[in-house]
Amino acid sequence: MLKKCITGISGMLLTTLLFVNGIYGAQKTQNSKKEIIIAGSTTILPIAQLCAEAFMKKHPDVVISVRGGGSGVGIKALIEKTVDIADASREIKESEIKLALEKGVNPYKTTIAKDGIAVIVHPENPILNITIDTLRDIFTGKIILWEKLTKDFKGRIIPVSRDVASGTYEVFEKYVLKGARPAARALMASSNKQVAITVAQTKTSIGYVGLGYLNNSIKSIRINGIEPSVENIKSGKYPLSRSLYMYTNGKPEGVIKEFIDFILSEEGQKLVKKAGFIPIK
Amino acid sequence: MKKDKIFSLLVYLFAILAIVVMFGIILSVFSEGLPLLNSIPLWAIITGTEWYPTFNPPSFGILPLICASLLVTFISAIFSVPLGIGSAIFLAEVAPAYLRNILKPMLELLVAIPSVVYGLFGMTVLSGFIMRLFKVPLGLNAFTAGILLGIMATPTIASVAEDAIFSVPVSIKEASIGIGATKFETLYHIVLPAAKSGIITAIILGLSRAIGETMTVIMVAGGSPIIPHSIFDPVRPLTATIAAEMGEAAHGSLHYHALFFIGAVLMTFTYVFNILGEWFRKRAIYRQ
Repeated sequence: MLKKCITGISGMLLTTLLFVNGIYGAQKTQNSKKEIIIAGSTTILPIAQLCAEAFMKKHPDVVISVRGGGSGVGIKALIEKTVDIADASREIKESEIKLALEKGVNPYKTTIAKDGIAVIVHPENPILNITIDTLRDIFTGKIILWEKLTKDFKGRIIPVSRDVASGTYEVFEKYVLKGARPAARALMASSNKQVAITVAQTKTSIGYVGLGYLNNSIKSIRINGIEPSVENIKSGKYPLSRSLYMYTNGKPEGVIKEFIDFILSEEGQKLVKKAGFIPIK
Repeated sequence: MKKDKIFSLLVYLFAILAIVVMFGIILSVFSEGLPLLNSIPLWAIITGTEWYPTFNPPSFGILPLICASLLVTFISAIFSVPLGIGSAIFLAEVAPAYLRNILKPMLELLVAIPSVVYGLFGMTVLSGFIMRLFKVPLGLNAFTAGILLGIMATPTIASVAEDAIFSVPVSIKEASIGIGATKFETLYHIVLPAAKSGIITAIILGLSRAIGETMTVIMVAGGSPIIPHSIFDPVRPLTATIAAEMGEAAHGSLHYHALFFIGAVLMTFTYVFNILGEWFRKRAIYRQ
């Protein structure tokens, strides 16, 4: 009995030791690697991912993990100090700055790219142009049938919007809705990708996504007669253009500075273009 | 003797820890949710039909969200309960041993598929299929979400119900067959009533998963905060609302408290659900 007990206990001790050793060992190897955690806007996600991959190839000692979540989520995580960089497709709000200062975080903004929000429809939809006012009437539920806009296309309009945690939504609200409430019937998608997929599947829908999410299965339309092209967005002529930001706690330092400098470098800005966005220079 | 005491003390401590953690969660959800009642009366929240948490002035009516959660869970039940119990009966009573040995582990494997995978399947495959099949303009709706939740709940129901049916003593079945009952009569009048309490547990477990599921409904239910008039309307269940908006709600704001209040409502639902199930189960045992 006693013998069994002793073998049992020593066995348990041994496994515990091995386990602890395993954790400790893992931590040790991690410590020698520098880590950057990024979260926030799903619009910036493709840029952050491309740049992170290229940067990690150049610097094998750095590990960068990139998550989405939405601009609001990213900024909140920066304030809670759970991330090093918050991607945001809108500027930080007064209320967020106040909260950050209370927690001893000093948000520092770096503009990394420019973007336009493209209004998209199903490829079979013949509509080519829309005005901001019509767009507002569609998303607030005043216009509910395509027949009202064009004689070639029929059906109930299904507006696809982004959730309230999205920076894309905030820009859309600022320039299009202008404080009006979106119709309760509007779909609320949790990412740009979801908007793109939904619109590609749904013939009578209309939605909006960052330029990087345009593809052949959806059609972007002109707003007030202006196309969401690189020149029009750079010049600010396109009404739904914006800047994309990375927020850090204070001026970036060390490996975080290296990473942001990389995005701003010629090579990084090429990746911005590759991801479908517009370089700042 | 002493070892026994140490062991029982240890187990006792673990049990207490589980209870403490549970009460901690309940307490924190309710204490963050109830402050909403200081600003808006309970009745206005529960019966309000407008959910505009970020507008000025905001409105926090959660009736559309409650309806959405109940509707998708109901649809999933219609789908998963017959299918789950049917497969359980097949596995336990009809299938030959070799088939059961293959199918049962596969069924249990299905339980372990992450919900985001189901969501992706629903978004890209099932929604298009439902659009074509029912000729509806929109694939992301309560029906698609309900079907998907049903698919997710079926393995849970089937697996637990199968255990219950399989554990009915052979002697009872033999006695029934012995007095001349057919296989079907034995199943219907003897085996199923004997396994009733286990089957009810299976249904509760399966539907609890359906009502609490978040990722799938975020991706597939559409997300419109309206009271559905048809099963093909897009809806916004309670869980999806919490997950989609928590990131934006400033700590301590009315919106933040409202989301915790939704959490409390969801928890109340699950408890009522479990208590009802437990009551049915007890009654089933007593009846025997």
